[in-house]
Amino acid sequence: MATTSQPDMKATIKQDHETIILVREVHKYYELGETRVHALRGVSIEIKRGEFVTIMGASGSGKSTFMNILGCLDKPSAGRYLLENIEVSSLSKKELAAIRNHKIGFVFQGFNLLARTTALENVELPTLYARISKAEGEKRSREALALVGLGDRVAHFPSQLSGGQQQRVAIARALVNRPSILLADEPTGNLDSRTSVEIMDIFQNLNDEGLTIVLVTHEPDIARFAKRSIQFRDGRIHRDERIQTRPRASEVIQNLPKLED
Amino acid sequence: MDLLAIVRIALRALGRNKMRSILTMLGIIIGVGAVIAMLGVGQGARQTVQEQIQAMGSNLLFVGAGTVTRSGMHMGWGSTKSLIYDDMLAIMRECPAAHTAAPGSSSSGQVVFGNDNWATRVNGTEPQYFDIRTWPFQEGTSFTQNDVEMAANVAVIGETVRKNLFGATDSIGQTIRINNLPFRVVGVLVPKGTSAAMGDDQDDIIIVPITTLQKKMTGQNWLRWIMVSAVSRQASYAAQQQIAALLRDRHRIRPGADDDFFVRNLADLADVADEAGRVMTLLLASIAAVSLIVGGIGIMNIMLVSVTERTREIGVRMAVGATERDVQQQFLTEAVVLSLFGGGMGILFGLSASYLITKTLGWPVLVSPVVIVIAVLFSMAVGVFFGFYPARRAAQLDPIEALRYE
Repeated sequence: MATTSQPDMKATIKQDHETIILVREVHKYYELGETRVHALRGVSIEIKRGEFVTIMGASGSGKSTFMNILGCLDKPSAGRYLLENIEVSSLSKKELAAIRNHKIGFVFQGFNLLARTTALENVELPTLYARISKAEGEKRSREALALVGLGDRVAHFPSQLSGGQQQRVAIARALVNRPSILLADEPTGNLDSRTSVEIMDIFQNLNDEGLTIVLVTHEPDIARFAKRSIQFRDGRIHRDERIQTRPRASEVIQNLPKLED
Repeated sequence: MDLLAIVRIALRALGRNKMRSILTMLGIIIGVGAVIAMLGVGQGARQTVQEQIQAMGSNLLFVGAGTVTRSGMHMGWGSTKSLIYDDMLAIMRECPAAHTAAPGSSSSGQVVFGNDNWATRVNGTEPQYFDIRTWPFQEGTSFTQNDVEMAANVAVIGETVRKNLFGATDSIGQTIRINNLPFRVVGVLVPKGTSAAMGDDQDDIIIVPITTLQKKMTGQNWLRWIMVSAVSRQASYAAQQQIAALLRDRHRIRPGADDDFFVRNLADLADVADEAGRVMTLLLASIAAVSLIVGGIGIMNIMLVSVTERTREIGVRMAVGATERDVQQQFLTEAVVLSLFGGGMGILFGLSASYLITKTLGWPVLVSPVVIVIAVLFSMAVGVFFGFYPARRAAQLDPIEALRYE
């Protein structure tokens, strides 16, 4: 177990410093007709419980491919990926589905909520594929919606919610099965700057509670709310650094103009 | 996921596109409805034919004078003169499988009563004929054996003849003229209706003593037919064999030469008619089944559209933990729910169509519970068969591609 000190983490976190993601020399190739695209060229990384990591990089830098592998939607062509000490590259499709269900929460740029389906039912979706009762699933879904501040919108349809609210429903959906890690792929890409900061506030609060978050973005303004920043370039990690002066999203909001202004 | 949850999700997904779901179901509704109605019509027709043949007496054998070819010319039925009264006596005497026999000859005549006249067939026979054919009287009685010996001018008439000559007037004891010969009406037969096997009106007939017909009307002393009842239905085939052998012997037909008579077994006729009915039912049902297959293709088409439309949904479901099996089950269930609902409504549609056919055409329609059970199972099978490919396609989507799908 590594014992690097992380001074900005709260003392309430259980099992801090435990390695949650361990990636060693991961390569990914795609066959595109005759040519072979080398999307990842040996990526190694270690993420501990309670970290808040942003991944940045130009398009084609390999960050999306890397996120897909982290999210167990794709397998590395070579190298090792251990999620909570489970060797993911050796798992079957069915086992990967179970990992995605229990250990990973996804938040997408385009929200990806089911249309004509209430907020509550959208949040319940992961519980349908987990081995928990309907009643338990509904209880957890209501709690998750309350956590993101939408306790009074359970019966609303996505079309009746603003972009920020929709993304909060998506975050509630990602949290409902109590995952070990939250993966967010440009979660603020479709939102205005004030709403983006509001979403980052939610992420910071969740991280304070001990949730590990990995977030892909290409906006430096968003990336600065995390604790650690990793830059991808040409399929490799170009830079990996701690963020020294991290602003609190809740304070930044005070200085932003409101929509009504 | 338990079955109830899967069905609930399927119902909700179908409910989001109500119009489309109903139109898709319509194919199955029409298919199942048509199959049920057609099977019902076919079964009803078969049953009617069987009942009519039973009414004729299923242990009945018909011995007819044969056809003969003279100088290369083929003559019609009854052109031989070799079937005679003694043949009938010999059948009674020497064929153990034969129970009773009645001789018969036919003519036709113009019948007149008062101002009314009617052209009909005139059969000559003996009183036991009515027993053999199990044909009771609605009024009066049969002529007697004594009438036969005396060649008396007495007649038994069928319902069609009675209606046309007498209408509401009482017919018993009245005198009618057949080809200008006066006959006293002694009995009226119970109507038998149109023969399903032959298609002729069995009540359009006058029956007189055979001696009267032969001596006073046709002047022929040979028979056109002999009606024989076997001791039982099972014995009718044996009786047929015995009669054929006896008549070949009596008519001195050399081995290998053609018979100058024919023996027809009504049990065989019943089988033939039943087979014909079965083939017709099958034909109707297979034509109807084609529409069921078209309905199935409709389901497949809509499911494929639905899978494409919901590619992102499938991606999200997979990302949050749905396995290939979960996705496949979901789409397969939607297809089966569509086809089962369609099947259910198709049954109602088929039953009402059957009822309408019975009401308007007066044609009996029999819908057996077995047919309904088969219809339900079949529509379910259609759903599984035509839903499988789209569901498989959905399950095999790559979640990354599916999530990126616009």
